[in-house]
Amino acid sequence: MINAILVFNNHGKPRLVRFYQHLVFVETLDKCFENVCELDLIFHMDKVHHILQEMVIGGMVLETNMNEIVAQVEAQGKLEKAEGGLSAAPSRAVSAVKNINLPEIPRNINIGDINIKVPNLSQFM
Amino acid sequence: MALKMVKGSIDRMFDKNLQDLVRGIRNHKEDEAKYISQCIDEIKQELKQDNIAVKANAVCKLTYLQMLGYDISWAAFNIIEVMSASKFTFKRIGYLAASQCFHEGTDVIMLTTNQIRKDLSSPNQYDTGVALTGLSCFVTPDLARDLANDIMTLMSHTKPYIRKKAVLIMYKVFLKYPESLRPAFPRLKEKLEDPDPGVQSAAVNVICELARRNPKNYLSLAPLFFKLMTSSTNNWVLIKIIKLFGALTPLEPRLGKKLIEPLTNLIHSTSAMSLLYECVNTVIAVLISLSSGMPNHSASIQLCVQKLRILIEDSDQNLKYLGLLAMSKILKTHPKSVQSHKDLILQCLDDKDESIRLRALDLLYGMVSKKNLMEIVKKLMIHVDKAEGTTYRDELLTKIIDICSQSNYQYITNFEWYISILVELTRLEGTRHGHLIAAQMLDVAIRVKAIRKFAVSQMAMLLDNAHLLASNTQRNGICEVLYAAAWICGEFSEHLEEANQTLEAMLRPKVTTLPGHIQAVYVQNMVKLYASILQQKEQAGDKEAAQEITQLMIERLPQFVQSADLEVQERASCILQLIKYIQKLQAKEVPVAEEVIALFAGELNPVAPKAQKKVPVPEGLDLDAWINEPPSDSESEDEKPKTIFHEEEQRHSRHRQPEIDEEELARRREARKQEQANNPFYIKSSPSPQKRYQDTPGVEHIPVVQIDLSVPLKVPGMPMSDQYVKLEEERRHKQKLEKDKKKKKQKKEKRGKHHRHNSLHTESEEDIAPAHHVDIITEEMPENALPSDEDDKDPNDPYKALDIDLDKPLADSEKLPVQRHRNVETLKSPDSEAALVEKKSKKPKKKEKKHKEKERDKGKKKEKEKKVVEEEEEEEEKKGEDLDFWLSTAPAPAPAPQAQSEPALGAAVVAEPQEVKKEEREERDDEEEEDEGKQKSSKHKKKKHKKEKEEKSKDKKKSKKKSHHSEEEPPESVQNGTLEDEPLPPMSSYRLLAENPFIKMTYDIQGNLQNDSQVTVSVIFENKSTSFLKSMELNVLDSLNTKMLRPEGSSVHDGIPVPFQLPPGISNEAQFVFTLQSIIMAQKLKGTLSFIVKNDEGSTHEKLDFKLHFSCASYLITTPCYSDAFAKLLESGDLHMSSIKVDGISISFQHLLAKICFHHHFSVVERVDSCASMYSRSIQGHHVCLLVKKGENSVSIDGKCNDSTLLSNLLDEMKETLSKC
Repeated sequence: MINAILVFNNHGKPRLVRFYQHLVFVETLDKCFENVCELDLIFHMDKVHHILQEMVIGGMVLETNMNEIVAQVEAQGKLEKAEGGLSAAPSRAVSAVKNINLPEIPRNINIGDINIKVPNLSQFM
Repeated sequence: MALKMVKGSIDRMFDKNLQDLVRGIRNHKEDEAKYISQCIDEIKQELKQDNIAVKANAVCKLTYLQMLGYDISWAAFNIIEVMSASKFTFKRIGYLAASQCFHEGTDVIMLTTNQIRKDLSSPNQYDTGVALTGLSCFVTPDLARDLANDIMTLMSHTKPYIRKKAVLIMYKVFLKYPESLRPAFPRLKEKLEDPDPGVQSAAVNVICELARRNPKNYLSLAPLFFKLMTSSTNNWVLIKIIKLFGALTPLEPRLGKKLIEPLTNLIHSTSAMSLLYECVNTVIAVLISLSSGMPNHSASIQLCVQKLRILIEDSDQNLKYLGLLAMSKILKTHPKSVQSHKDLILQCLDDKDESIRLRALDLLYGMVSKKNLMEIVKKLMIHVDKAEGTTYRDELLTKIIDICSQSNYQYITNFEWYISILVELTRLEGTRHGHLIAAQMLDVAIRVKAIRKFAVSQMAMLLDNAHLLASNTQRNGICEVLYAAAWICGEFSEHLEEANQTLEAMLRPKVTTLPGHIQAVYVQNMVKLYASILQQKEQAGDKEAAQEITQLMIERLPQFVQSADLEVQERASCILQLIKYIQKLQAKEVPVAEEVIALFAGELNPVAPKAQKKVPVPEGLDLDAWINEPPSDSESEDEKPKTIFHEEEQRHSRHRQPEIDEEELARRREARKQEQANNPFYIKSSPSPQKRYQDTPGVEHIPVVQIDLSVPLKVPGMPMSDQYVKLEEERRHKQKLEKDKKKKKQKKEKRGKHHRHNSLHTESEEDIAPAHHVDIITEEMPENALPSDEDDKDPNDPYKALDIDLDKPLADSEKLPVQRHRNVETLKSPDSEAALVEKKSKKPKKKEKKHKEKERDKGKKKEKEKKVVEEEEEEEEKKGEDLDFWLSTAPAPAPAPQAQSEPALGAAVVAEPQEVKKEEREERDDEEEEDEGKQKSSKHKKKKHKKEKEEKSKDKKKSKKKSHHSEEEPPESVQNGTLEDEPLPPMSSYRLLAENPFIKMTYDIQGNLQNDSQVTVSVIFENKSTSFLKSMELNVLDSLNTKMLRPEGSSVHDGIPVPFQLPPGISNEAQFVFTLQSIIMAQKLKGTLSFIVKNDEGSTHEKLDFKLHFSCASYLITTPCYSDAFAKLLESGDLHMSSIKVDGISISFQHLLAKICFHHHFSVVERVDSCASMYSRSIQGHHVCLLVKKGENSVSIDGKCNDSTLLSNLLDEMKETLSKC
């Protein structure tokens, strides 16, 4: 279960995401990853960055509306898929196969805690 | 083709992707470094391939490795390659990597400029978005300068997604390139009222961030923000605005009054803790700024404190922390209201979270009074004992000392108690703050005369028990107190009862294990002690005892003479010689005590910390000049002044290291001897000192048993501070009783209300008399000390550069740099892609123009009024006039008095202002509707209406109806200018070039400073049609003298393509460079613009002919000139002279000068009454000097210039301009 996320900006100064902010981030991650857990964050570091970049830009808050963030992230995901098209299919398949064999992504460990936070998760799935 | 791509991707599907890399790293936990270096090798191979997908994958993996701490800067160029991929998927990877690893030092970053520009103008909003995001992380001053204009264009993008990103990025741009702030600010302000809430919030964000650093420049935006605050429901925006107001209120107290009410409403209504906190914070700021202004704000304070209590009692540590933080702000101005929550704060001291305990400590600092100081310190002492970690314990220690010593020991009534607290604190083992305690001891002993006797006895006890303190000298900072103890005992030895014993304690062999600087003080002070003992004994006639003590000194001192510490050694050997001499005299029965004691006569007074700095520098003394030429570098090092003793320690260790070479030493020794020999005050050494003490056995060889006590011992016989608390209570009780007795007498005379008042007064702290009369000696300051000069701000503050006045109207020269084709060399072909793409919409300028017109109207109106009403009033008030007006109509101060008198009315109090606001809002709505209607009607009508309105508003300034009216006005009039003089009429240097139903061209010519034969022509193209204009090409028929600069390889008949297309209604600016040979004459060039008009019906080719007029003034470059240089220039005599006179001038001289400055590029050198000298320079270096005189209705201009033709042409042009006035 993720309580808070420490975000470092690249000027070397760590800043705790403001207390009014971190919930939005975690919840957004949750929506984009469908039940987020730490391993998701590690394996899809790039995706996490992209989500964060929709919220914070240059150290300033860009958007606080979660639906808006999710919409933008998904739109970019779609664009990416469209670009990949036919040629990206094989590698996606391979990576999907690799992921199936992965015993380490336990998707249902954290359901309890996070479900409490985000009651109607299904609407974005 | 598709097959090839599939094949390529099948190849690459067996490359590692990011997930494989992560998995691999997790599977190689034992040899992670090796695995990663293997992966990096693979990545390097992948980067060498041509397939962009492979490269992107490699860069993606690198980004992960960068996160793990591996250096990937070597791949910077590859990252740029990936950034410039055409597919969004790869582009995104590239930008992510760049945002993670690029920084100002990355040299390839310059290469990205054009790529980023291209991405910014991409039709795909996500390309633009990703470029903006990346840019936000690695923007450099160069990038900021080059891209500012592009980003500003994006601020008016059709997609809110891009708009808000662009707005936020502008903040970064401002930071890196402060010059962009003023040109971009009007548009930024526009964005405050953007229809999209996200953009609005971004603009609020940026402006608040800017304003936080330099609030005074943003005061004029207050009405706009106030409107936003009362209308916005976005908590995030509210928080930002409220924070901004918090920064503004100290600058404008009246603003505070206006704010209190909506803020209190928010505090009552909001459920968001963060918003609540910020509201409370701002209310506090308001109350601080209002400290005198508003009579009754105790209700607000109470409300804040109550809400804060809720925060502090919350189980969330973050809220607790913030609550305490805010509480400490209230404490500064309203200590009483916080003091009632002492219980809560003391409770926080027990919190398991250290940061919360520290906050609580901070609060305690401000809560002490004479009455509760002892009690609070007692509690803290208990915590000191309990504290497990040394950092927290040290923090407690410093806080205790801070609390007690604050404002010159204001709250200490009993210094004996304080000394014993300090002595108790010495029991702390391993603290870093020994020197702090020592400094306090010294300070108190020196400055509180009455306490010296007690202090000395305590210090003697410390010295006696020195072995306990010094058990572990190297690591134990507490032995620093021995420094103070030794000094106090020595300096005030007359108060010492058993001086002998103390002296012996100081002479113990163990002392030599102390740090050098402490030993040095020991040595110095044992002589003082010795002197006073000697005097005692001699007066008592006890010669034997006197000789005995001398003998003791002679026996023990050699251990210090052998010290490795230079200072100790030197002092000890000097003193040893002195005492040996004394011994000789004693043997001859000569009384010496008087003379010895005379060595230490005179009192040492405390000196204020900055006393030296404040000594005024005498006139004629140049401190920076060398007295003698600087000697070789080696000597300067050891001339550092010694400041405070605890710093010496570190210095000692440093001092030993630099070995001075033998020769130098010998030379110095010789010099010193010479000096000593010549100095009558120097006590010369006795015959053979060296031999003697070399013979005595070294003390170091005597085995010393180290007693290491892990448990801090209670030093026997030391008074416990607790006893003072009891004593104090008793004493106060007595005092109170006495007072009560007195009062009873008084009471007989006064009854009723006074009665209550008096009894309250008894408990107030002023009545607690100090236990003994204490006079605190103030620190000495030099005569005629300079006023405090603590105003030293950090010169490296990056935000300082953004301290820019934003109210001044934009000058024409203030433009964001537009990319221009100044370098022909870099231009390979006319259609080199995107290199020339640049956009600059004309929108803001148009707006400004309108705006300025309005201003002018206002200005005229105001002038009229002034003539009638207030002639003498200066116009400098103008700056905040609208703001003033807005503020002056603040609603009556919040109805706090009612609330106070009758708490039950609380609810009503809140409801009432809301009603008022509702009314106001309705009215405002009406007004807005009206306004809309007006906008449709003719401009003239609008002006008229406005005028009426204004007059009305002046008439009934106080009427409530007007308050909202004014609220509407400021956005237009914010720019009303800080100019101290009259507002200048709007001026634009852009002249019409040509116009047809499709397009309008205006142009401006400016000289190029770098090149003496080039001018830049900026042309604004405005699409007037409803069609799309593209493929614009500008061509000019070159003359012999003037030629358009074309890209290499193109013939003189080729046009230059305009690097943008124009959608309907949009305008943009392009620049063209012309070369000239002679500039003394005005020139005209014929030219043609060809373009394609594209609409639904199809596209047509169109042409527009124009004549480009190069006036002589356009060859001039505004150059400032100092009056003395100007005078020299005039005297030089190689200038030609000419003059003109223009009649029928009605505009003011100020405007006249402004016109000349603006249109003819002159600068004013000096202005006296209605006469001014002006200067300018041509791009080819001609000096042009003018003397402008204004008569009744005429103006005469005398000019001097190197070239008479140029001068006469210039004057002709000027005549033309002026005759239009």
